[in-house]
Amino acid sequence: MNILTLFIIIPILTVIGILCTKDYKGARVISAIGMGLQLVTSVTLIFLFLAERRAGNTSEMLFMVDYVWFEALNIHYLVGVDGISVAMITLTSIVSFAGIFASWEVKDLSREFFISLIILATGVFGFFISLDLFTMFLFYELAVIPMYLLIGIWGSGPKEYSAMKLTLMLMGGSALLLVGLFGIYFNSAPDGGHLTFNILEISKITIPIEAQRFFFPFTFIGFGILGALFPFHTWSPDGHASAPTAVSMLHAGVLMKLGGYGCFRVAMFLMPEAAHELAWIFLILTTISVVYGAFGAIWQKDLKYINAYSSVSHCGLVLFALLMMNETAMDGAIIQMISHGLMTALFFALIGMIYGRTHTRMINEMGGLMKVMPFLAVCYVIAGLASLGLPGLSGFVAEMTIFVGSFQHPDLFHRVATIIACSSIVITAVYILRVVGILLFGPIRNNDFLQLKDAKWYEKMSTVTLIVAVAGIGLFPLWLSDMIMNSLKPIMDQLSLF
Amino acid sequence: MNLQQFLIMRHEILLIGVVLLVLLAELFIKNEKKHYVIPFTIVLFLLITIAGFLPATTGSLFGGMYQTSNLIILFKNILNVAVFIILLQSASWLRKEINHERISEFYIILLSSLVGMNYMISSGDFLMFYLGLETATIPLTALAAFDKYKNKSAEAGIKFILSSALSSGILLFGLSILYGTTGSIYFTEVADKLVSSPLLVLGFIFFVSGMAFKISLVPFHFWTADVYEGAPVNVTSYLSVVSKGAAAFIFMIILFTVFKSLSDMWGGVLYLLSILTMTIGNLFAMRQKNMKRFLAFSSISQAGFILLGIMGASQLGMTSVVYFVMVYVFSNLAAFGVVSVISDKTGLENMDDYNGMYRTNPKLSLIMMLALFSLAGIPPVAGFFGKFFLFTSAASKGYYWLVLIAVLNATVSLYYYLLVVKAMFINKNDNPIAKFRSTFTDKLALIICVAGIFAIGFLSPIYELIRSLSFGF
Repeated sequence: MNILTLFIIIPILTVIGILCTKDYKGARVISAIGMGLQLVTSVTLIFLFLAERRAGNTSEMLFMVDYVWFEALNIHYLVGVDGISVAMITLTSIVSFAGIFASWEVKDLSREFFISLIILATGVFGFFISLDLFTMFLFYELAVIPMYLLIGIWGSGPKEYSAMKLTLMLMGGSALLLVGLFGIYFNSAPDGGHLTFNILEISKITIPIEAQRFFFPFTFIGFGILGALFPFHTWSPDGHASAPTAVSMLHAGVLMKLGGYGCFRVAMFLMPEAAHELAWIFLILTTISVVYGAFGAIWQKDLKYINAYSSVSHCGLVLFALLMMNETAMDGAIIQMISHGLMTALFFALIGMIYGRTHTRMINEMGGLMKVMPFLAVCYVIAGLASLGLPGLSGFVAEMTIFVGSFQHPDLFHRVATIIACSSIVITAVYILRVVGILLFGPIRNNDFLQLKDAKWYEKMSTVTLIVAVAGIGLFPLWLSDMIMNSLKPIMDQLSLF
Repeated sequence: MNLQQFLIMRHEILLIGVVLLVLLAELFIKNEKKHYVIPFTIVLFLLITIAGFLPATTGSLFGGMYQTSNLIILFKNILNVAVFIILLQSASWLRKEINHERISEFYIILLSSLVGMNYMISSGDFLMFYLGLETATIPLTALAAFDKYKNKSAEAGIKFILSSALSSGILLFGLSILYGTTGSIYFTEVADKLVSSPLLVLGFIFFVSGMAFKISLVPFHFWTADVYEGAPVNVTSYLSVVSKGAAAFIFMIILFTVFKSLSDMWGGVLYLLSILTMTIGNLFAMRQKNMKRFLAFSSISQAGFILLGIMGASQLGMTSVVYFVMVYVFSNLAAFGVVSVISDKTGLENMDDYNGMYRTNPKLSLIMMLALFSLAGIPPVAGFFGKFFLFTSAASKGYYWLVLIAVLNATVSLYYYLLVVKAMFINKNDNPIAKFRSTFTDKLALIICVAGIFAIGFLSPIYELIRSLSFGF
């Protein structure tokens, strides 16, 4: 069987396995095994992929499988990966593996919880391997809908409101997206051939420029909403703050990346002329996202809100870099997606663990946690340093590449935008260090906290997995960068055709 | 007319046979054993449903008054399956003491109405069309008022007969104008002689309005909610699925064949009607607390989506409509099935009563959720595919703004479907609906629906089959 289809089959089998269990203990073990297998498969995929490339296979996508599904509309089940998708799949499997361990203690309706979580992951995996717009859209929606139940049932705070807001905004985004996809589909055969949803085939033809102008914004905003594009980001802070730990991890870590990935794989790759023409509008919006998110984070007192706003800023940076449309910046954008995915998952995992002990997420009610729970505190510091871009961790590699790439544009507009966006690094440092200072160091403000215990084994499992990955990218960025660069080539060719 | 020709009407003849057999059973079964009629009818109906799928001859009868094609036969089979599910769902309700005397009555009326629908969708001229329509509608009035001890049910019956009489009148007026301008009532001849003239346009508008009543399109939808609420649940599901589906189908067939040359005009009319229907149906659905009213308004908005496929006037459009109706049959019947089971066991019909139901009746809640997701068009259930193809057919004609409005409406509809999901899964309740066991027939009906909800989407041969039978221009 094709290795990519395994990414769909394993979760389905896991769900069936969970259905056979009786209580939370069985459910979590089965889920851990399933996601562990998924992780193993994705690591295998990396090696297989690199081996193929080394053997000289230069085709754009590898491991392709193509089944005709709805023949009349030319809908296929078409999967395949390039370096970028491999990286995204690996990210997803790491985060979902860590997510299972972070929700080890979910006991209320735990089978349902793990099933929803795994369906969510399935949607994401499916999205990253799809090369057919129809299946891509199907998996996209499949990933969004379990969020409602996950936040609504197991969330905290104003969970019903947040869940509804998030679901409706993302579904509204998919409404725009769907129109965009139809636009692409019905213009995919300008010379009167077969209409197609196949991304690779569409990339070979040129969609008429009028159509591109009309449909590019639909597609870009449709995906952009999921990538927290200003001013459509408002679902993100509420959603993340109310979601249970593992869901915040998966959502900020992976689901938001669907937006960025879709933006370049579909919107920019298939409609390059319009991307060039309209980039400036979105560049302004993403610059606002970057700075606004960072400023937003400064004002927050709730740990989850801080991190949620920081996600808006970092995901804004992804779109910002993509719109710069040069190789270095786009390379940075992809690394940023992965780096932010791991880092923010780590953050949310830690916040969940801290909240589970202190029962508050307000930073000014806590303090001195370093003395009480040194392991978690150290992990938090590492995550913070990665987030503000300390060399040796993944954040530095990503942001460095992005800003170097962006500054290569000689014109004033791009340079000003870059400089403004750059300032977010400083702001990030402010809010990260402020939180670390208040939360971890300083006096212990509540004597009850002295009784708290440090991380348990499953929590260590979850955090260590993520930290290893964050440090791995920081220390050995080149092989990741190589893998991405090779795959960026067709996209760059497409974008610089004229 | 020899036997071979006679068999062209196989579906109708078999149905009439069942009706007569039930009538005989009513005469010969002793009063205290009346409930044996239930399995008797269900088994008989199952047999004719299966017989419907056997290869059939197509052709026309009575000089073109009656016609069948493979598409029509397929649609009759869809209706048969839907009615079979409804029969299963109504079994435990009919077993109640209060209905004991009227079991065969229910079956005879319901199946006669189905005979009417079958003739209606097979009609080849306006006379047969009208006969079929009335045969289908008048028994429905009796059904709507079936719970005659309840005021609401009686009210539903009266409302239904009055509004359908009015709409039939309008329809008939339109048809008479059509006859006046073209000199014929046969579909093929009318289509040939159709020349756009103000009088003809007037007739056409009356015709569309009459049909809009039957499919309950906005602004002709006012009867729907009250009738749906008052009628017994199983009758409501028949009204909203079978009756609406059949009316939408013949509406589409007539537009595609008879009014082919006016397609620009009716495209515009439907454009407007569909936006109105989707939006207003949605806006009202949001505020409903009674599950039957809720599903009534949701089904109004679903009808708006169906128009999206019709106005494309393409093969793609027709395929999408038939496919969507099929998906809609299973999804809506699953939703109504759950409502019917709960209302049978507990008498509760409000959304608030469903609070916290997942903890006590997880399976029913899950089925309800799947059904609602399918109605909202969420993958992986079939509703997603149904909606997607409808949107595709509208987009293929370049109606991108309409598609946008429709998809946004689908998002709005997701909001109120999620309200029910929220009630069942999230809301806390100190005394939720107690755990109960459903009867075999209820379970069977729900299992068929769920299987349909999953299978239709993933099995593309079904779509390809419909596609090969559809036509357009």
